[in-house]
Amino acid sequence: MKSYLRILLIFILFFGFSVKSNSAEKIEYLKTDWSFKGLFGKFDRGALQRGYQVYTEVCSSCHSMKYLSYRNLAEKGGPEFSLAQAKAIAASFEVTDGPNDDGEMFTRPGKLSDKFVMPYDNVKAAQAANGGAYPPDMSVLVKARGGGVDYIYSLLQGYENPPAGMSLDDGVYYNKYMYGNKIKMANQLSDGLVEYGDGTTASVEQMSKDVTTFLMWAAEPHLESRHQMGFKAIVYLTILTILVYFSMKRIWSRIETEV
Amino acid sequence: MSDHEYTPKSKFGKWFNDRLPLLTLASHLTDYPTPKNLNYWWTFGGILTFCLITQIVTGLVLAMHYIAHADMAFDSVEHIMRDVNYGWLIRYIHANGASMFFLAVYIHIFRSLFYGSYKSPREVIWIIGIIIYLLMMAAAFLGYVLPWGQMSFWGATVITNLFSAIPLVGEGIVTWLWGGYSVDNPTLTRFFTLHYLIPFLILGLVVLHIWALHVPGNNNPVGIDIKKPSKDTVPFHPYIVIKDGFALLMFMIVFAFFVFYTPNILGHADNYIEANPLVTPAHIVPEWYLLPFYAILRSVPDKLLGVVAMLSAILILAALPWLDTSKIRSAVFRPLYRQFYWILVADVLILGYVGAMPAEGLYLLVARVATAYYFLHFLVVLPILGYKEKTLPVPLSITEPVLGGSPNLALAKNKEKLEVK
Repeated sequence: MKSYLRILLIFILFFGFSVKSNSAEKIEYLKTDWSFKGLFGKFDRGALQRGYQVYTEVCSSCHSMKYLSYRNLAEKGGPEFSLAQAKAIAASFEVTDGPNDDGEMFTRPGKLSDKFVMPYDNVKAAQAANGGAYPPDMSVLVKARGGGVDYIYSLLQGYENPPAGMSLDDGVYYNKYMYGNKIKMANQLSDGLVEYGDGTTASVEQMSKDVTTFLMWAAEPHLESRHQMGFKAIVYLTILTILVYFSMKRIWSRIETEV
Repeated sequence: MSDHEYTPKSKFGKWFNDRLPLLTLASHLTDYPTPKNLNYWWTFGGILTFCLITQIVTGLVLAMHYIAHADMAFDSVEHIMRDVNYGWLIRYIHANGASMFFLAVYIHIFRSLFYGSYKSPREVIWIIGIIIYLLMMAAAFLGYVLPWGQMSFWGATVITNLFSAIPLVGEGIVTWLWGGYSVDNPTLTRFFTLHYLIPFLILGLVVLHIWALHVPGNNNPVGIDIKKPSKDTVPFHPYIVIKDGFALLMFMIVFAFFVFYTPNILGHADNYIEANPLVTPAHIVPEWYLLPFYAILRSVPDKLLGVVAMLSAILILAALPWLDTSKIRSAVFRPLYRQFYWILVADVLILGYVGAMPAEGLYLLVARVATAYYFLHFLVVLPILGYKEKTLPVPLSITEPVLGGSPNLALAKNKEKLEVK
């Protein structure tokens, strides 16, 4: 048993070490309470729905979300819009379909099974419209950035005037959380930019938090069931481990050796 | 293995066993006499078998949904994460399973180094183990390429480019490996094929590894040869089975924590960006378990020599049974070796740390010193130590060293101190 504790200690030290070495050049991000962190972490339904609103009204004019479908909006563990709401949301978008029997492409209202409509036809078109910078797809954006949700949350609020002596080209903005501090996206959020249906005040901070929560869900749509299953799995394993420990003690008591 | 007489009880059993002695094998595995003083460091063999099977099973399921095509690989992984039933679970087990596999194999290897398990008569077990370790690294590297993220692509570019260091034919070999003039779709499809093949090669080698183990039997913390079966041994079942099972469950709790609560912490964020041949990531870093070797590679200014140093760092292990000249196996009775052992452990951890850092300034200097020391340990310290070191008296049997019959090592050591006085 003693050597097992020693092994466990090495485990912890080792991972502490490796995690620390990964985040060596970390900047201090803005902190907020994320409801989805922790053993029982769940998404805040309201935040997800508001976040979706911010995404559609603000981000989606440049940023695609190609891995999400409208049906996801009604699925368990997500924003959980009602099926009727999700259908209405889908129908509010024009989707290009086809070719039909005449060989023509046509547009029709979106269905639940459709993927989120993309703002641009292709990467080149997106670059052409944004001064050469491609607005990244947001489906897994949170997982694709070292700082994760804290980074995105901070970035959205990190626009400042550049420090004296720093000259910025046209279409380049100063952001204190961006890698290299230069970003090609202008500040998008301002107080009261969107009007929340649930009456929440749409401050920049609130919108940043909501849309980041939405992006977290977009990147990890099964996070809630992962946390629930994880807790059950660990409890189950712990109980089994204790039972096996006593069986082991019992079996080894037949010989005069300690385990 | 042959000193085992077994006759099945049933008539059919006897008929079958005469034709294919599977029952004899099962009986051998059950009764296999195991030293009774094995500590928990010895449970990692079983844990590693579990890791291999887990990787194979989850890998099979993933392969049913994954598409090995440069334009579709990234999408198909997201499809697995989102739309395949429990696809996220299978993928996170597979991805974190690789890390857990390496964690366990490093403990297994360092256990062997501490207790001298590689020494005669166990050299063949050790060498097969080194081959398994090499194949594991190959499989892990190939697997990391499959999601076709930025680190996949650029990691593949960096590693395959190492072959260009070979004089004369290097460039040709790289083109041949790529199946073109850069890492692209042909590279991905062959990497997928090889990634699928290697685990089964490992499985075959594991069988040989265990077979070779069952000829001399397990080493033990005291490191002495023991009579089998005797008072010093217990049958594998139930004693070792239950103990390995207990240790495995503890391991699985750690494993589950990673899978369910921090599934991406061991991976690099850039791998969630789809591969883009036109954009190079700021830092190209391999997975944590390859970092010490990456540090060795980068610490040598010349490309070819760097590759040679990196390969030697692994292959030197195969020569270990002959580099270590000491007749005493266990570090418990080798006071000097014990200190050098821990220095080596620290050295490898330092190499891992600097491997994750940019190769410049102080980091580079530290990497060079640590690399030099790594080779010094195996090529100079170990051979000399065997002749110079004054070892402690070794007990005659596991039950012998201690009054009262407990083979507890702490007590054994105390008793030695008494004898020295």
